[in-house]
Amino acid sequence: MHINVFDHYHEQTTAVHRLDPRVKVVVVVLFILSNALLPDGVWLAYALMGLLIWLAARAANLSMGFLVKRSLIVLPFLLAAITIPFTLPGTTILTFHVGQHALSMSDAGLIRFISIMVRSWLSVLAAIGLTATTPFPDLLHALRHLHVPRVLIAIISFMYRYLFVLADEALRLLRARESRSARSLAGKGGGSIWWRAQVAGSMIGQLLLRSLERSDRVYNAMLARGYRGELLTMTTHEMTSRDWWVGATAVTLLLLIQVGGHTFL
Amino acid sequence: MFMNPIFADVLWLHVPDGFLSPGIAIFCWALALLAVGLAVRNARETFDERLVPLAGVMAAFIFAGQMINFPVAGGTSGHLVGASLAAIVLGPWLGILVMTAVISLQGLLFQDGGLLVMGANILAMGVIPALVTYGLYRLVVARAWRTRLIAVAAFAWLSVMAAALFVALGLGFSGTSSFRLAVPAMLGIHALIGVGEALITVAALSFIMRTRPTLLAESAEAGGKGWIVGGVIVTLLVLLLSPLASSFPDGLEWVAEENGFIHTALDAPYQLLPDYTIPFFGETALSTIIAGIVGALIVAGLTIGVVRLLRTRRHA
Repeated sequence: MHINVFDHYHEQTTAVHRLDPRVKVVVVVLFILSNALLPDGVWLAYALMGLLIWLAARAANLSMGFLVKRSLIVLPFLLAAITIPFTLPGTTILTFHVGQHALSMSDAGLIRFISIMVRSWLSVLAAIGLTATTPFPDLLHALRHLHVPRVLIAIISFMYRYLFVLADEALRLLRARESRSARSLAGKGGGSIWWRAQVAGSMIGQLLLRSLERSDRVYNAMLARGYRGELLTMTTHEMTSRDWWVGATAVTLLLLIQVGGHTFL
Repeated sequence: MFMNPIFADVLWLHVPDGFLSPGIAIFCWALALLAVGLAVRNARETFDERLVPLAGVMAAFIFAGQMINFPVAGGTSGHLVGASLAAIVLGPWLGILVMTAVISLQGLLFQDGGLLVMGANILAMGVIPALVTYGLYRLVVARAWRTRLIAVAAFAWLSVMAAALFVALGLGFSGTSSFRLAVPAMLGIHALIGVGEALITVAALSFIMRTRPTLLAESAEAGGKGWIVGGVIVTLLVLLLSPLASSFPDGLEWVAEENGFIHTALDAPYQLLPDYTIPFFGETALSTIIAGIVGALIVAGLTIGVVRLLRTRRHA
């Protein structure tokens, strides 16, 4: 397995890719925040937010198809909000009959449901755009510059570094289980649920012990290379005037949409 | 290429952006920062410069461990959330740090859980399970290993329920879902997910007890007595609130009021689930609290009964 197997970075050299990661992180976080702050049912404001994403995706040479496909990950969570149209009081627009019960859908509820859906979707698109145009190590570097505690960033970097190593280890354990588990063509696999859980639990316990031992070895190797509790990095990110301009423009646009959404859209 | 094959079942706890109101999301961030800050300070004291490689590799372990699943029934599979196991084996502070790293990476890299709501996700999947599982585990730490394992199964299950209740309350107060539906739905789904978590946590723990018992002796000392108090309080809150919360006045009504729709409100919306009440006391808050306590006592009684039974069998 390759080290970057989990990264969704799309190798390109567009203007968006070259933008300082700090600018991208700040703009995306502000985008998500202003998304959350927009009231319900301001469709034009949502459309403008969507337009911003579309423009950024074009500039970054990312296909909308890719963004939309990845954004389907939030779909299951929509179930959490699906009851709103039926529970928020408002004018009834539709009534379903389930047996002898009647489910009535209110206009206010429907507007709120769709608003939540659209806002959540736009936020996810923005976050996907961020990871698709910024290599993950750069993203972490940006967070470090933005004063996220260093220890935390160092831990996440380490996790990222060893993700594929331990995923490989887990896949080997899974392969081993596959190859020692016979299954009759007709029936399903044997064993009680508790027995199966025990097998999986032993694998996880095994993986845990191996990981602990590995962290020991890693630590010793780091000590041997002069580690003193501080991670150093070779890449430096410098903010250029272009970065400032792009960031300022994006923030201004977000502010305008926000003000518009609250007053006249 | 496998990308994130495992999270479908736990997805319910990874709240995406847009589902919590900004106020609640930021409040949760503040609490999460406080907890993570404390965790960094305490873990640093214990592990010093070892902390980074240790926590980093163990966070990667949780991620990889979530890939190992086992078939339960009807095409569903049980697997690990990991917070309980991490808190017991690594101690609560390191456990919180490890889960924070896992949740951050899932949010940043896979968009599995939002950025603005990440504070809430850290509380739900990192801090609350550490409090519940580790806090209660401290109570049974001196017992025989069989007692401990059975207790851990109950605690791991409870910790998932606590997290689910927390998310349901967040959704309810944000006006994203109705308490009346969100609470029973979240608790219902997670009652099943929690069983998977409980089974696999116990199985992994019994493996570690057999092969590396010293590890557990170290981690049992990792947190102060405060954890017991915190764990017991959170658990009591969960037991009291679970039956109560579904009858909270809905955040949705505030939303309706805010939007000016309340004037056009029709009669009470359709009610899917009857309230938890005890007939004798009528439909009062007291009645639901009593119902909650009775439920909690039944669960506690069953647990104690099973433990006793197994103990006498062992002595016989």
